[in-house]
Amino acid sequence: MELMRSIAIQWSHRGLLLSPLLLITFALPVFATLGADVSSVQSDQARMKAAVNVSRATNYTVHEMKAADGTAVREFVSPSGQVFGVAWSGPFQPDLKQVLGPYYDHVVATVKNRRVSHNAPISIQEPGLVVEMSGHMRYYTGRAYVPSMLPQGVQTTQIK
Amino acid sequence: MRRALVLISSCALSLLVACGGGNNSSSPGGNTITPPTSGSNVASIVVDTGPSAIQATGPATNAAYVTVNVCVPGTTTCQSIDHVLVDTGSEGLRVLASVMTPPLTTQTNASGMSIAECVPFVDGTFVWGPVQTADIQIAGEKANSAPIQVIGESQISVPAGCTGTDDDTVQALAANGILGIGPFLQDCGALCVTGIPSTALYYACSSNAGSSCLPTTQSLTAQVTNPVSMFTADNNGTIIELPAISNTGAPTVTGSLVFGIGTQSNNGLKGAIPLAADANGNFGTSFNGTQYTAFIDSGTNILAILDAGTLGITTCAAPDDSFYCPGAPNNNALNQRNLTAINFDSLGDQSTVNFSIANAEFLFAANGGANFAFNNLGGPNAGTFDWGLPFFFGRNVFTAIENQNTPVGAGPFFAY
Repeated sequence: MELMRSIAIQWSHRGLLLSPLLLITFALPVFATLGADVSSVQSDQARMKAAVNVSRATNYTVHEMKAADGTAVREFVSPSGQVFGVAWSGPFQPDLKQVLGPYYDHVVATVKNRRVSHNAPISIQEPGLVVEMSGHMRYYTGRAYVPSMLPQGVQTTQIK
Repeated sequence: MRRALVLISSCALSLLVACGGGNNSSSPGGNTITPPTSGSNVASIVVDTGPSAIQATGPATNAAYVTVNVCVPGTTTCQSIDHVLVDTGSEGLRVLASVMTPPLTTQTNASGMSIAECVPFVDGTFVWGPVQTADIQIAGEKANSAPIQVIGESQISVPAGCTGTDDDTVQALAANGILGIGPFLQDCGALCVTGIPSTALYYACSSNAGSSCLPTTQSLTAQVTNPVSMFTADNNGTIIELPAISNTGAPTVTGSLVFGIGTQSNNGLKGAIPLAADANGNFGTSFNGTQYTAFIDSGTNILAILDAGTLGITTCAAPDDSFYCPGAPNNNALNQRNLTAINFDSLGDQSTVNFSIANAEFLFAANGGANFAFNNLGGPNAGTFDWGLPFFFGRNVFTAIENQNTPVGAGPFFAY
């Protein structure tokens, strides 16, 4: 509730400043995808002046980007600079093609073959890829990681 | 994978509550079906194998349907559309173009551009199609000139920003449409009035080419709207009433979709505990001392709960690994696990929920594979409790719409 209210206020301010023809896009900036090198995050960040919050944990860093619509994407980066995991949550779905990168087509193909309803969550647990997506209209959450890329000592439960 | 079963009985294809011999009858599975609530604010729900078009390719499991009348506004040019999925996890009516006949008008903006919408599902699939205006009638209730989405309508092609697999067929949806009766008034709300969200929902199209469609803002009244909120009366929410069923499942279950909460003699809360929903439509579930995000979604066909490791329940072998199979590799027994959780909200409300998860492969094979409604079908959903359709059997589940008053206060809340 609190989160929603503060965002709404922020938006109405912007709405007053811009002409109706100039649409405000709350989308996340372009950023590195699962399996990619983090240097692309840094260059995107510099170019787009995106608000990226970087926090450090043992053996990895988390780059969190939050869109004005409340959708947050977190990238988990190894000491060698690879994005080994991504997680997201918020009222809208992030661009999954962007977030999942080279793994996107595989996820789409896997989802096609299942027998649960489209509102039901996704759980792909493969040796080379884990993808979990859940939620409903106005709430989308999920995470994906490449097990072989996890830095030593990092638990999969930390990717969230 | 749940096998595609061709249903021999035409009974299961019928929306009539007389299926199986009428109200109060026993299904072949031996389950007593209680008489549904009656009244002008009551529509019949059927949980069956779904629209006739999918019987050969893949009948539905645990899908609750109603019949919806869609009319050209202000006219008697109407169509009764069966097997529309009852979904407390979304807002607004969406109907497949391939099944709809009334010539509806597409909404346009001030510049005369057609308005269309891209709605992503959580699994990365989507529905696309124009926003059109219709009178919606369900049982004795009517929403006049409601914005609905007509999906899989091929006239305006899909824009590049709408990615994934297009659920544009009856087979993909396992329904002729979706009746979104969740706890909000519109599908997007204030977020789409002032800007374009991370994945654009609304588009304005200057031609039928998808490339001509650009993301647009959309006023609240023009957004695809929860039709219940537009009824003249009984517009503050709904009750889904489905009877208890056997723990080996049932072929068909009939129940009621009741409109209004505390507005008639047949829709009182009767002591049901409300759980306030947050801005995202969620509340909390506590399980084994840990708190998780939770929601109630009749459009999810399983109890989508946590993960194999946390529950201590294995998933079924691929390609059925979207389901739990307790006791596997012994899939020849129910192997039911009985569990307890506590649902709670930010206001201090809480209630205990007893639920069960049984071996999905056993359930699918039970009764010669003829059962399609299960109260104990589960599957993984790491870190989250998605109380899907199995939760509804044996409970009256209330969904109160935001800002609409009820005897216990305004929505958004769930109660049961």
